[in-house]
Amino acid sequence: MAGPETTVHDSFADAFAAANATSRWKKYLPERIIKAVLFVCAIASIFTTVGIVSVLIFEAALFFQEVTIWEFLTNTKWTPLFASKNFGILPLVTGTLLTSIGAMFVALPLGLMSAIYLSEYAPEVVRQIVKPILEILAGIPTVVYGYFALLFITPILRAINDDISVFNGLSASLVMGIMILPMVSSLSEDAMRSVPRSLREGAYALGATKLEVSTRVVFPAALSGIVAAFILATSRAIGETMIVTIAAGQNPTFTLNPFVPIETMTAYIVQVSLGDTPTGTLEFKTIFAVGLSLFVITLAMNLLSQFIVRRFREVYE
Amino acid sequence: MKSVADNSPIIETRDLNVYYGPTCVISGVDMEVETHKITAIIGPSGSGKSTLLRCFNRMNDLIPSFHMTGSVLFAGRDLYDAGVDPTEIRYQIGMVFQRPNPFPKSIFDNVAFGPRVNGFRGDMNALVEDSIRRAALWDEVKDRLKESALSLSGGQQQRLCIARALAVQPQIILMDEPCSALDPISTLAIEELMRELSNDYSIVIVTHNMQQAARVSDYTAFLNPGEDKTSELIEFDETRQIFTNPKDERTEAYITGRFG
Ligand SMILES: Nc1ncnc2c1ncn2[C@@H]1O[C@H](COP(=O)(O)OP(=O)(O)O)[C@@H](O)[C@H]1O
Ligand SMILES: [Mg+2]
Repeated sequence: MAGPETTVHDSFADAFAAANATSRWKKYLPERIIKAVLFVCAIASIFTTVGIVSVLIFEAALFFQEVTIWEFLTNTKWTPLFASKNFGILPLVTGTLLTSIGAMFVALPLGLMSAIYLSEYAPEVVRQIVKPILEILAGIPTVVYGYFALLFITPILRAINDDISVFNGLSASLVMGIMILPMVSSLSEDAMRSVPRSLREGAYALGATKLEVSTRVVFPAALSGIVAAFILATSRAIGETMIVTIAAGQNPTFTLNPFVPIETMTAYIVQVSLGDTPTGTLEFKTIFAVGLSLFVITLAMNLLSQFIVRRFREVYE
Repeated sequence: MKSVADNSPIIETRDLNVYYGPTCVISGVDMEVETHKITAIIGPSGSGKSTLLRCFNRMNDLIPSFHMTGSVLFAGRDLYDAGVDPTEIRYQIGMVFQRPNPFPKSIFDNVAFGPRVNGFRGDMNALVEDSIRRAALWDEVKDRLKESALSLSGGQQQRLCIARALAVQPQIILMDEPCSALDPISTLAIEELMRELSNDYSIVIVTHNMQQAARVSDYTAFLNPGEDKTSELIEFDETRQIFTNPKDERTEAYITGRFG
């Protein structure tokens, strides 16, 4: 029988395992610390987000105790700072819609064309130069874009058509379009470059020209990625603040006329935050109601884009 | 079909040298592709089989570092002449790739793609049906032409790619290891199909599978890299000759599997 032998063997194994475990623990200690630190950072950012959202919801709830959601969503006048108060968010929504849609009218075609150029046509050298430049464009502070709109674009527009007011949605839209252009272009380009080379070759082998390969094979195959880019850019335009505050006016008007002064949701929040409206008043609480609406809209857009991106992964399998 | 006298080669290369940047990958290739025959290109991996094949339809033009000397004659005309439009060449010379690469479109749109970009103005339904039939795929897909091509099996996708190539009514079909991503049964189906197609088309197939070359081809070209990594055409002859009575000992070593 091997009874005693086994015992000796086992205790050896145990000792060995124990020694090993201590040294392993020591070896991995720095790694554990780093892991813990990173975990705390991740948690902190989650808590911050949750905190912001809860404040928004809490303050907005106070607002909706005094103003019904129905009035908020259907009234076409927004005059919380006037003697006769109206709390209809629609004028702010149309202001935001007008400038965002206008911006996308600029950014989508230009962004797509530049993406097609960069991904399909540009020699590697050009790509290496143009891409960083586009990214620099994305890094310009938006306040600079705002004054560019007000002091450069608006005078040109007014010279062309004198119906256009000093503050107007058009100028802000155009410049905001230029601001989000790099985003549309860069994300769309990524989507197009991730289309497998074999698909392009398949099309070239059938006698397709470069333009046909780009528009009939690469573009459709990348479409969901491009749509996602488009939605992300739209939600960026909806949340954009400085350009519209500076160039579009502070005049909530229920209109889609791009020539007149308007006010967007973001611009209104700036206006009240910077003004002398006392905290705690109903007027002040409006900014949380508007902020919550803005949050819901952009969140919905981002979820939509994530959904589309997820579907996009399956396309060439 | 644009036809050529049946006994003259449809493609001829003359002292073809191919470079990627400064590196010469194949040199001094003189070979022919006979009309309505199957020509196999064999050789170890990296020996420039795909590179040679891609010279026949100017697909190499898409690689910036590519350049070549010598000439490739297609029906007597130099493919690389300054006045030749590569897109025009490519719809007279179809190509099937190593991995099936259907477009993420419907089965119908895959086959109709080539005719559409080439401005085909006839009966598209008939052309698509005819092409799919020729690729021996019709019975399997006739009820699902609107479905995505990606819903097909690998072997079906590869036959769809053949149908797609046939739809532009080429004279030659170039196949780059068309079965290497397929199971044995699909492979057999494609080989049978190739024999069938060789009645109407000239076919060049790259393969690293010698049994396949022996089974399907009429002519075989053997490429092999030398000391300096530059490949040469070691031997080009009727397949029967190459496999039963090779003239060069390197060919013999390769086909009998005695190779480093
Ligand atoms: N695009 C390219 N750029 C540079 N070298 C290449 C390129 N494609 C192939 N090569 C090189 O050319 C040689 C032949 O390649 P290839 O024609 O693909 O061989 P095969 O098809 O016989 O395996 C290999 O050494 C390969 O590394
Ligand atoms: Mg190859």
